[in-house]
Amino acid sequence: MKIIACVKRVIDYNVRVQINREGDGVVTDGVKMSMNPFDEIAIEEGLRLKEKGVADELIAVSIGGTESQQQLRTALAMGADRAILIENTEPLVPLGAAKLLLKLVEQEEPGLVILGKQAIDDDRNQTGQMLAALWDRPQATFASELTIDGNTATVTREVDSGMETIEVDLPAVVTTDLRLNEPRFVKMPDIMKAKKKPLDVVAADSLGADRAPAVATSDYSPPPTREAGVIVESVEELVNALKARGLV
Amino acid sequence: MVERDVMEYDLVVVGAGPAGLATAIRYKQLNPDATVCILEKASEIGAQILSGAVMEPDVLDALLPEWRDNKPAICVEAKKDRFAYLTKTKSFTLPTPPQQKNHGNFIVSLGSLCNWMGTKAEELEIDVFPGFSGAEALFNEHGDVMGVRCGDMGVAKDGSQGPGYAPGVDIHATFTVLSEGCRGSISKQLINKFSLDAGKSPQTYGLGFKELWQLPEGRTEAGTIQHTIGWPLNSTTYGGSFLYQLDQDRVYIGFVSGLDYADPDFSPFEAFQQFKHHPQIKALLDGGEILSSGARAIIEGGLQSLPKLDMPGALLVGDSAGTINVVKIKGIHMAMGSGVLAAEHLTEAKTTAGFDERWRSSPMNGELHKVRNIRPGFAKGLWRGLVTAAIETVTFGKLPRTLANHSDHDSLNKLGDGQSPDYGWGDRSLPPRDRLASVYFASNEHDEDQPIHLKVADTNLCVTKCAEEYGNPCTRFCPAGVYEIVEENDGKRLQINSANCVHCKACDIKDPYQQITWTTPEGGSGPNYQNL
Repeated sequence: MKIIACVKRVIDYNVRVQINREGDGVVTDGVKMSMNPFDEIAIEEGLRLKEKGVADELIAVSIGGTESQQQLRTALAMGADRAILIENTEPLVPLGAAKLLLKLVEQEEPGLVILGKQAIDDDRNQTGQMLAALWDRPQATFASELTIDGNTATVTREVDSGMETIEVDLPAVVTTDLRLNEPRFVKMPDIMKAKKKPLDVVAADSLGADRAPAVATSDYSPPPTREAGVIVESVEELVNALKARGLV
Repeated sequence: MVERDVMEYDLVVVGAGPAGLATAIRYKQLNPDATVCILEKASEIGAQILSGAVMEPDVLDALLPEWRDNKPAICVEAKKDRFAYLTKTKSFTLPTPPQQKNHGNFIVSLGSLCNWMGTKAEELEIDVFPGFSGAEALFNEHGDVMGVRCGDMGVAKDGSQGPGYAPGVDIHATFTVLSEGCRGSISKQLINKFSLDAGKSPQTYGLGFKELWQLPEGRTEAGTIQHTIGWPLNSTTYGGSFLYQLDQDRVYIGFVSGLDYADPDFSPFEAFQQFKHHPQIKALLDGGEILSSGARAIIEGGLQSLPKLDMPGALLVGDSAGTINVVKIKGIHMAMGSGVLAAEHLTEAKTTAGFDERWRSSPMNGELHKVRNIRPGFAKGLWRGLVTAAIETVTFGKLPRTLANHSDHDSLNKLGDGQSPDYGWGDRSLPPRDRLASVYFASNEHDEDQPIHLKVADTNLCVTKCAEEYGNPCTRFCPAGVYEIVEENDGKRLQINSANCVHCKACDIKDPYQQITWTTPEGGSGPNYQNL
């Protein structure tokens, strides 16, 4: 079975994100970028399925500018067999991403597509679900456990009420949650091997998917800063202060 | 026995700062078929580089002329110089020392510049390995350096192998170049092993802080460079500030305190924060926002403290050795210059032997010789230091004398040996509130489940002798609040908050008992400086 795992280049999770001076985006100049952590989990899960003998090929796919090759090289160094970059520098929303991925899925015909449940930059949590719908295949989102037996995937999902276990027929889309696995450290010799693994670049335009966003972002603003608190000495003072503000 | 992968290279460089990158790039330019790799403990090239930084561009122009078309995210031409003496409320302009004139220089983010140099190194097919620390040197059967061992990944806090354990690779190389920056941990090991500092003056250091601020519109004049001496330090403590005005209403602001200070109660962090509240500075910063911050030790001993630069199998370059020109407040051209010279020496001589001599007959030696007496002149206080500086400057350092340095760890007074001076410091309102708030702007990260990388030989001494003699100065000199004395039911103990560590190395330097050893944590750990 062939597995596709999708990775997105995002601002590193340690970075304090800043809104640019124009207010129409965030500062990326001189800012550390890395692989979306949920996507790292997707790659790791693909590798584990390969190591169990369930899959025989893992393809890492990304959509973005040339610089996204860095994240694909990381995926290759972790152990993916080959990588495909859908080169796109236009604004993209999850529906556009899902349409582009669908084209690739139709070409490669994987048994399983694994994506992070969301990217930590825009936190949209939509691409996996949209891809499953467009592909007309089952989806199992927020996976914290995944086992594959023949043509069936058993997935434990993290849902609001606790854990839910479902079975889906393959091919299917699975999105990863934080507890699915802990990604491995990249080893130095594997970084060298990764340089020689195939990384194909496909122009987004050549895939013939309509990816023009139907949603436009008008502006960005930081969350309001918290105002300084007041320290009160007694319950009485607290009650008076609340009363003065008309809160009780 | 742990089984380790071995990788063979012609040249391994430890540390991807300006010195290391210049070494690797120049060596590969001269030897296109050679195999070269660079190890860097930071998660990304440049993420743990902290420097002012005003750069003399000559060496970089020669090495990678295309840098001028690929300027780092922060790169502003130097326009105006100001040198001032501060009192608590006033600022007096002094004549700018000739060494500090900056026409033709650039204010840069050295982190961003190194990151770009890293991509150039990769284009030359140098193997650049961010996220991999050099943990220790490896020796062959003759005792010569034969490479380095990378740090293990995935070791649990108790020292056991965690589920993701990956042993560090052994890198065997014909030549090993140490470019770890000030007080590098492998450099320290090798300086001791090969007695490279024999016959030299003791090394002396400073502790530098730096912040990047975004200010309200219209307050800055891009390219203006200001250095100050005086307040908030008293005249017996060496140090001063820098303020570099950038484009887009941003400034770099920083403060360096000499680590040879005597007052055990002195806090370099607090000195920096006090400086920001000088009326002139506060007016500039008020209403602005900190974007990032960090701290790093600076090597200040100059020529008389510079160790021998070569040993069998390995070289020291840049501030691993201490090539910075402290008087000019510039080290980048010297770091890159020593790297370039190292690469040329290895190419021509095909041995590490003779590099020390070669460096000492280069113009870089001359540059440091001219200013050699200025920093030690300040050991007797600010005023006598300024007089020495003036004399040494007008005589171009030609007086037949060389003043000695003294080591920083034995410069502390004991508690009760004279009163702690009143620096006249006041309340503060500008961020960060304290050291922990400051560390937040360093985007620091250490996996909590790893062994403590700050090795304290005898923690009992901390709560007994050190508490009594010096009142635990580590709790004050550490810029990140790593060291804490906590009280528990059965008495006091030292707590090491190693996850806060910004890798400045001040503790390794200043601890009066020299019992703290800074070692490399798991690769990729530590600060992730943005645009510093």
